[in-house]
Amino acid sequence: MSYLVFLIPIAILLGLAGLGAFMWSLRSGQYDDLDGAAERILMDDDKE
Amino acid sequence: MSCCAAGAEAALQMDGIQPVSADELRLASRDLGDGTRQTDLSVPGVHCGACIAAVEKTLSALPGVESARVNLSMKRVAVKWRALDETPPDLIGALDAIGYEAHLFSSATDEKDPELSRLIKALAVAGFSAMNIMLLSVSVWSGADAATRHAFHLISAALALPAVAYSGRIFYLSAWSVLRRGRTNMDVPISIGVSLAVGLSLYETYYNAPHAYFDAATSLLFFLLIGRTLDHVMRERARSAVAGLARLSPAGTTIIAEGGERRYVPIAEIQPGAMMLIAAGDRIPVDGVVVQGASELDCSLVTGESAPLRIGVGAKVQAGLMNLTGPLTIEATTRSENSFLAEMVRMMEAAEGGRARYRRLADRAAALYSPVVHTLALLTLIGWMVLTGDWHNSITIAIAVLIITCPCALGLAVPIVQVVAARRLFERGIMVKDGSALERLAEVDTVLFDKTGTLTLGTPRLINTGEIKPEALAIAAGMAAGSRHPMASAIASSTRRSTLEQRSFDAISEHPGLGIEARSGNDLYRLGRASWALDNGGDEADTDAVSISILAKNGRILARFAFEDSIRPGSLAAVNGLRQLGMSLGIISGDRAPSVEAVASALVVDDFRAGLLPADKVAHIAKAGASGGKVLMVGDGLNDAPALASAYVSMAPATAADIGRNAADFVFLKDNLSAVKEAVDIAHRAKVLIRQNFALAIGYNAIAVPVAVFGYVTPLVAAVAMSLSSVIVVANAMRLRSPQAAPAPADTSAVSGVSLRTAAAKP
Repeated sequence: MSYLVFLIPIAILLGLAGLGAFMWSLRSGQYDDLDGAAERILMDDDKE
Repeated sequence: MSCCAAGAEAALQMDGIQPVSADELRLASRDLGDGTRQTDLSVPGVHCGACIAAVEKTLSALPGVESARVNLSMKRVAVKWRALDETPPDLIGALDAIGYEAHLFSSATDEKDPELSRLIKALAVAGFSAMNIMLLSVSVWSGADAATRHAFHLISAALALPAVAYSGRIFYLSAWSVLRRGRTNMDVPISIGVSLAVGLSLYETYYNAPHAYFDAATSLLFFLLIGRTLDHVMRERARSAVAGLARLSPAGTTIIAEGGERRYVPIAEIQPGAMMLIAAGDRIPVDGVVVQGASELDCSLVTGESAPLRIGVGAKVQAGLMNLTGPLTIEATTRSENSFLAEMVRMMEAAEGGRARYRRLADRAAALYSPVVHTLALLTLIGWMVLTGDWHNSITIAIAVLIITCPCALGLAVPIVQVVAARRLFERGIMVKDGSALERLAEVDTVLFDKTGTLTLGTPRLINTGEIKPEALAIAAGMAAGSRHPMASAIASSTRRSTLEQRSFDAISEHPGLGIEARSGNDLYRLGRASWALDNGGDEADTDAVSISILAKNGRILARFAFEDSIRPGSLAAVNGLRQLGMSLGIISGDRAPSVEAVASALVVDDFRAGLLPADKVAHIAKAGASGGKVLMVGDGLNDAPALASAYVSMAPATAADIGRNAADFVFLKDNLSAVKEAVDIAHRAKVLIRQNFALAIGYNAIAVPVAVFGYVTPLVAAVAMSLSSVIVVANAMRLRSPQAAPAPADTSAVSGVSLRTAAAKP
């Protein structure tokens, strides 16, 4: 059972990291324009 | 427009582009500090990546513009700019030059939606915790030994408590706010169920008992939040689509200060006595009296009258009227909060009765549901107490009853159907403001239409193009091109599609109330009323006919133009379709009786009223409501706004006045009136599916409750039962398909044969 002592906290920490990443991306406005983001990858100039 | 077909936007373009002055642009912008300002423009024509590139490149190239960023989902551009020489860059002009129509978008309404991000954060936390707990629970269910089980329950508790506190807040707050007012909604049993499940699980964990319900509590929150978030996204999407439409009320106006200097001021700062300069094509911002100039006013949005109104010095004018032909100087007689527009807003607030009384289906279900479930749990507790006398066991089973009946499926039954229905409507260009509107629409038995702008398009159309010689049409189109008079626009637009070249002239002048005069060399052309254009005054019929306009060269007739107000395409089909559904139909209009009668007879509607004031319309609806009728009001004007607010449910076209659009539950973007019939159809289907979902949820409970009452529920049974019932309800909602494509083109030909004389004065 000793491996659970490592694996479970690691699993939960990874989950928390994912949750944190989602919250960050939400706050920085990455979901504001999903249609636009889909089109922008096709644009050639990346000056901005 | 470069790339894609315009669908929903067609309705917007009918209105044309209102010129936006540099002052107005400045007024609508937001100061970002250190001289940079941000302006938000609504650009309905952006459709694809090429559009994004074109718009951003064009705007960035303007002097003074620091950055431009297109939001394709919202069809908006945020431009950051710095004023050079005190003048903002001509953003709208630049976009117009490359073929994109743009409107100013008030920054105040563009705030981020805090409710949505609150819901999404709650959803993310609930999802994270539900999935991790479920992972641990699977090991427990498959028979972990006592020590591992205890450890897993402790970890689950650590994950569940913050999640239930954070994500569950949305339900607790809503439940608390209705309980305080002595009512109940679906959130009350949800809150009780979740809290008790967590409480029981904590107790069980503390005593190292085999069953804990952390997984059930968190996945319940997760499922319900999905429904809640989708519901919110749907309404938000409709709201922002409606907000993105062209604003019809002006943001400010030019006034002449005492020293004769001209200043552009916001509407709220206009004082009585101020001299306002209203150019042709502008709307009058506040009520006033004309002190200089003569012109014609478009009243269609304000009074419903289709004919332009001729006015001169001394005439009283109402806010919201559009100046068509000549510049006017108007002395303001009221402040903006006392104007006709504000009066309409007050009437709307007073009228909002029918809707406030409506209780949503889910809330009515909850009102029946929670007493039954809570009594059942109590009876279970008493029953087990009497039979076994074991407190702990009895309470555990009673709480298990509450957990298994926690209305997961019931909580999703209504919103999921409404989300799917709203999506179907959205695909057809119909926006729904909220879910309860769909429920109300399904109950409607009476439909009342406004005439001008609703049953008709509100703009005259040239009907005898075939009889007019191309040269004459080219001359008339050249003369009419600069005018905002509806008939002139009709002539100008009739040549826009053909290859015909518009004639140009040495000088063109517009004579308010009479027509347009143009000079080319020694020739004098006149387009307008027969008595003015022709030397001999024309024959009797042409002089009086208000829907006839004459083109003359040096006083001799060249061509005769006939107009009619076109009935909205699909009107006849929509009216017939609604009648087949057993609805009683009526027309309530502010226009004069003959115009209303013509439309009524064309559409075979017997019950029509003409010349109604806004208050009369409200009274008419109230009378229908008092005798038990559920009225759907379809209207567009300012004068319809109180009626729209007082009706049981209401619809407005996208071309409606701002406050009309805000008052309506549904806004349809296309020209075709078949939208009304489609919306009613989808509402009926949604109602059937909601009933089915209720039946499914009740059936689920009928099976699950006995199992729970007899004490056979384990966390595994609860998790499977709740997930399964939710999935079934969602799957059932997905069955809502759009009705079969309506046979739309068939009825337009039938209607175009009907001639409607517009009672207009010129040209």
